[in-house]
Amino acid sequence: MSQRIAEHPILGKPEKGELVEFFYDGKPLKGYEGEPIAAALKAAGVMVHRHTTKLDRPRGVFCAIGRCTDCVMVVNGQPNVRTCITPVEAGMSVQTQYGVAAKPVEEQ
Amino acid sequence: MKRYDLIVVGAGPSGLCAAIQAARYGLEVVVFDENARPGGQLFKQIHKFFGSKEHGAKLRGITIGENLLAEAAEAGVQVELNSVVMGIFPEKEVLVHREDRTEHYKADAIIVATGASENAVTFDGWTLPGVIGAGAAQMFMNLNGVRPGNKVLMLGTGNVGLVVSYQLLQAGCEVVALVDAGTRVGGYGVHASKLARTGVPFYTSHTIKKAEGEDHVTGVVIAEVDSHFQFIEGTEKHFDVDTICLAVGLSPQSQLLDMAGCDMAERGGRVPVSDETCATSEPGIFVAGDAAGIEEASSAMIEGRIAAVSAAEFLGFIDADNAAADRQEHYKALDRLRIGMFAPQNRGKVFTETEEGIPLSQSLLKRGYVTDEEVDSFGGVKHAEGWHAVVECTQNIPCNPCQDVCPRHCINVGSNITILPTINTEAKCSNCGKCVAFCPGQAIFLVNEDMGDGTAQITLPYEFLPLPEAGTKGKALDRSGKPVCEAEVVKVMNPKAFDHTALLTMSVPKEFVHQARFFKASAEALTA
Repeated sequence: MSQRIAEHPILGKPEKGELVEFFYDGKPLKGYEGEPIAAALKAAGVMVHRHTTKLDRPRGVFCAIGRCTDCVMVVNGQPNVRTCITPVEAGMSVQTQYGVAAKPVEEQ
Repeated sequence: MKRYDLIVVGAGPSGLCAAIQAARYGLEVVVFDENARPGGQLFKQIHKFFGSKEHGAKLRGITIGENLLAEAAEAGVQVELNSVVMGIFPEKEVLVHREDRTEHYKADAIIVATGASENAVTFDGWTLPGVIGAGAAQMFMNLNGVRPGNKVLMLGTGNVGLVVSYQLLQAGCEVVALVDAGTRVGGYGVHASKLARTGVPFYTSHTIKKAEGEDHVTGVVIAEVDSHFQFIEGTEKHFDVDTICLAVGLSPQSQLLDMAGCDMAERGGRVPVSDETCATSEPGIFVAGDAAGIEEASSAMIEGRIAAVSAAEFLGFIDADNAAADRQEHYKALDRLRIGMFAPQNRGKVFTETEEGIPLSQSLLKRGYVTDEEVDSFGGVKHAEGWHAVVECTQNIPCNPCQDVCPRHCINVGSNITILPTINTEAKCSNCGKCVAFCPGQAIFLVNEDMGDGTAQITLPYEFLPLPEAGTKGKALDRSGKPVCEAEVVKVMNPKAFDHTALLTMSVPKEFVHQARFFKASAEALTA
């Protein structure tokens, strides 16, 4: 089942920006311009946003209001970007964060 | 450096109301908000609000949000988005971070309306991806049209847990259970009942033992707890889920006030010491909404307006007498909300009966639904000939749209809006459906107990897709969500005025008229 809601009983059909391509760990994914990166990743079934520094434990979205910082990833090369409040842009690079950096794609 | 009469921090319901009110008094005001969109959490609230007309009752949170934005635009309020207030310094200097720079502002008064953030709770596996806050679930499904998961377990039965569980169902998710470590459902019984009758089970006196999964949630184990919140051996229950949603309370985001030197206290989280005028210990710094102590959006909006009156008075835009008079109006509106069993002053208090002296439904408190035996003791439930309203409202909460919308005055609440609705048997119901559509608790049904052919008909509120058509066959579910008999939809009403609450009228054998409260289409009807 797609995670996108086609039609909602209260909200109707979701109003979305333009469908654009961005890159998740080097692979092309589609998302709607303006929606949080976390929403586009959720729609694509991505759960793990980063791994912790000391114990390498997986983390995903928790609060989704930019407070808890569990969902941070490396965006356009910059680490610690809160994906729950950062909008998708065409061509954007989004990478799983390990500690405070992205692993080179060939090591993943 | 730019100067303003008033800086408001936070463009949620409280901050926007504060800014609107202040602008009307002639203050030059700016609102800073770190988010890309104004409205705070209001646009996540797709349910109809409680209260009375003055509080925006029977409107959905999203509509209240849109109205507020229109009001702000009309009042000429300047809202600066993507602007993080980093700190409040001596002499009311404010540092704001936007994009890649830090800007410097100064105000003569400041209203902090920064809201709250969600609490977490620890259990084995609590950090796994798939364990999310209830607000996060709302961000996905209500703001961005993405289901947060397919099978969800909700921890917490306060109003947030109940409302978000219902919204998960509306988004097309399966809610496998609502779980609460407390012995009672914490939120409004009517919110619980609209979940229970769809078949969602409640587990009070239970909590999560562990979340299962390697790199994301694949299951959850809950277990019963004793009166000291210790797990009882052998009571474990397992559910396959991909999402665990936490609705275990909120904490005020009061850090800016702490930093500004305001006296602080512990009251459901760290909050500034403030008086009823919303003044903190620092002259000219005011606080409103959840940052001052957790309540809900309707009271936050009124507090915002009170804080604005006080700021206008502090700066001399209105005199003390006018300020006191204006505040008085807002106090009255606030007092009309802070009443009933769930009022802030009654937190933690255990009620056994209603204000009318009717024993509370113990089944509702434990399992989320009123039993067939209990429901008859309430004044909204009367047996009569012909079409009539059955109001299954069994707790004293501040709410009265049912009384307001009935054109025939069949439903009576009176001027104390926490009093349970009663049916005026003298008045003749016109079967218009407004009470069913506008009860924010979805607790009203229109019933015709005997259609003369062995059947009865029940009209119920229905906010799900697909919307069944007349002729759809299925089962009628009782208040606990158990199928009790065959049912057929005979009429569907979904006029624009009902604001997406459709009315289904179903036909059932008349012996089930007092049990049947929800309709579930048969599998064949759904695939047809």
